[in-house]
Amino acid sequence: MAGFSLLLRRELRIAMRRRGDVLNVLVFFVIVASLFPLGVGPEPSQLRAMAPGVVWIGALLAAVLSLPRLFAADYADGTLEQLLVSAQPLPVLVLAKIAAHWLLSGLPLAIVAPLLGLQYDLPGDALFALMASLLLGTPVLSMLGAAGAALVLGARAAGALTALLLLPLYVPVLIFGAGAVNALLIGINPSAHFSVLGALLAVSSLIGPWAACAALRVALD
Amino acid sequence: MLYKLASPQAFFPVAGTLIPWFGALAAALALAGLYVAFIVAPTDATQGEAYRIIFIHVPAAWMSMFLYLIMAGWAGLGLALNTRLSGMMASAIAPTGAMFTFIALWTGALWGKPTWGTWWVWDARLTSELILLFLYLGFIALKASIDDPLRADRAGAILALVGAVNVPIIYFSVQWWNTLHQGASVSLTRAPAMAMTMLTGMLLMALAAWMYSIAVSLARVRNIIQERERHAQWIQA
Amino acid sequence: MLETMALACERGGRRLFSDLGFALGAGELLRVRGPNGAGKTSLLRILAGLTRPAMGNVTWRGKQRDWDFGREMLFLGHAPALKDELTVSENFAFNCQLSFLKEDANALEQIGVGKLAGLPARFLSQGQRKRVALARLALASSMPLWLLDEPFSALDEAAITAVRGLIEGHLREGGLVVLTSHQEFPLAARAERAITL
Repeated sequence: MAGFSLLLRRELRIAMRRRGDVLNVLVFFVIVASLFPLGVGPEPSQLRAMAPGVVWIGALLAAVLSLPRLFAADYADGTLEQLLVSAQPLPVLVLAKIAAHWLLSGLPLAIVAPLLGLQYDLPGDALFALMASLLLGTPVLSMLGAAGAALVLGARAAGALTALLLLPLYVPVLIFGAGAVNALLIGINPSAHFSVLGALLAVSSLIGPWAACAALRVALD
Repeated sequence: MLYKLASPQAFFPVAGTLIPWFGALAAALALAGLYVAFIVAPTDATQGEAYRIIFIHVPAAWMSMFLYLIMAGWAGLGLALNTRLSGMMASAIAPTGAMFTFIALWTGALWGKPTWGTWWVWDARLTSELILLFLYLGFIALKASIDDPLRADRAGAILALVGAVNVPIIYFSVQWWNTLHQGASVSLTRAPAMAMTMLTGMLLMALAAWMYSIAVSLARVRNIIQERERHAQWIQA
Repeated sequence: MLETMALACERGGRRLFSDLGFALGAGELLRVRGPNGAGKTSLLRILAGLTRPAMGNVTWRGKQRDWDFGREMLFLGHAPALKDELTVSENFAFNCQLSFLKEDANALEQIGVGKLAGLPARFLSQGQRKRVALARLALASSMPLWLLDEPFSALDEAAITAVRGLIEGHLREGGLVVLTSHQEFPLAARAERAITL
């Protein structure tokens, strides 16, 4: 597992020197969430009902926006090739990349989300549920996202293609993530939703890295 | 013998001879199915004649899901055994699968309008079909965006397999989402009670669609073979 | 130790080479020659396990290559594999640790980029980047098989001499080297083979 921490540390070090990339994703998230009221009107009860969905969709879009960069730079400068020929197990390296992606996009989003929830006048326990659902759900976005990013390496129009490939696969996380907060808002216990989110995380942890490794080998063939 | 058929060169003429048979079967089954749909099945008490579109809507939906799994199966086979023909079959099936998804969506709209007054309802089946359409389009788009055909096949196969695992998860999620939000409102899944005649009609149409899909996929794979193997000796002969 | 049989390669629908077979033993050098686009890099990538050959196979120590092959093989491709945002020493340290090599800053000195150790890789010239990538050779004597794609390109005379020295040292100690190069430099080896694609 030395390879995991080695690559994770490198990714975080690079991100610290390119802080703009991380901030861009956060700002995008905030802007998207702020656009919805401008589009649908400021009626408080309507906004409160929309809030979980809006914040979650913002998180999906932010993920899809940040994913093409996961492997693209390494592919271009030859470091990806070195990762594949090294004796380090590729799944471990891919998990390190996924962990870095989550720490730099999913986790910040989950932390900022309650502030957006306040903009939509969500009550306290809903804010907490919103953050919890994102903490549990954004890793799923990163796991599946790695597979998507690896599949479009070297393909034309990678950005739009990533969105087309990943957004349908993100539907279950969206339904149960936003659903957890919606349930709380109408007085239902969201524990079932959180259980399903946990199950989705477990399933995606198997599929995502496997598919990403296979796709990376295809891309570097 | 099956192993011999795995080469595009051997499969090409076999596919050619099979196409007219499947086409004929498709036509015959479709005639039988439409006969049941429009002549034999009685008019529905609540929905009148408009419900007959179910004989196209439901088989199309079944085929769209079935074809996705078949397509993923071929793709997975190609990935595991490194056979060129398997990837070509997956590419051949995809457009037909997407077409049936589109038909299911379109007939769903045509059913909804006279029956409940709206062109679209967010019921579980239609929503799942919509997402399935995106999965097909994603597969086709990914393959189209990679220039090298072998690489495109392998990348597409990975995507198709990931999609295939997700299809039941997506379906379950959408079902759940629908029951929570829709409650007792309109649903295309709650068709008029399933009489024996109706089931027969739908099965006939589904089989017709299946035969049609095979015929069309075989024709399409012949085109793909011709294009990909165009430098090979046997094509140029 | 390294053997191939009936190796064939197809790229973009074209067959680049077929029925390629050779055997390479300890202390031996294999030069791969040919014009641009002939498949030299593809052959190296097949040997490294990155690319699947259209036909044929590669064996290492008489067996199919497995996990451990990565420990015994050093592959340096065209691209220097440096991250722009990291310094030379950070890049070097990462590449060494990735290959389970003990990093030693002297290696950077040896190849002439010691003074640049604290500089972000973004500021380096092509030749300097190449030298940082090649610095690993000084530490990689524990990896028997070296696959080097155009190791001399973009290097000045001093660097070329240094790299030649490293390659010859490795061959003397019983290592195997496969390299592609447009330039012909004499290299002392127990035996030398050549393939022209």
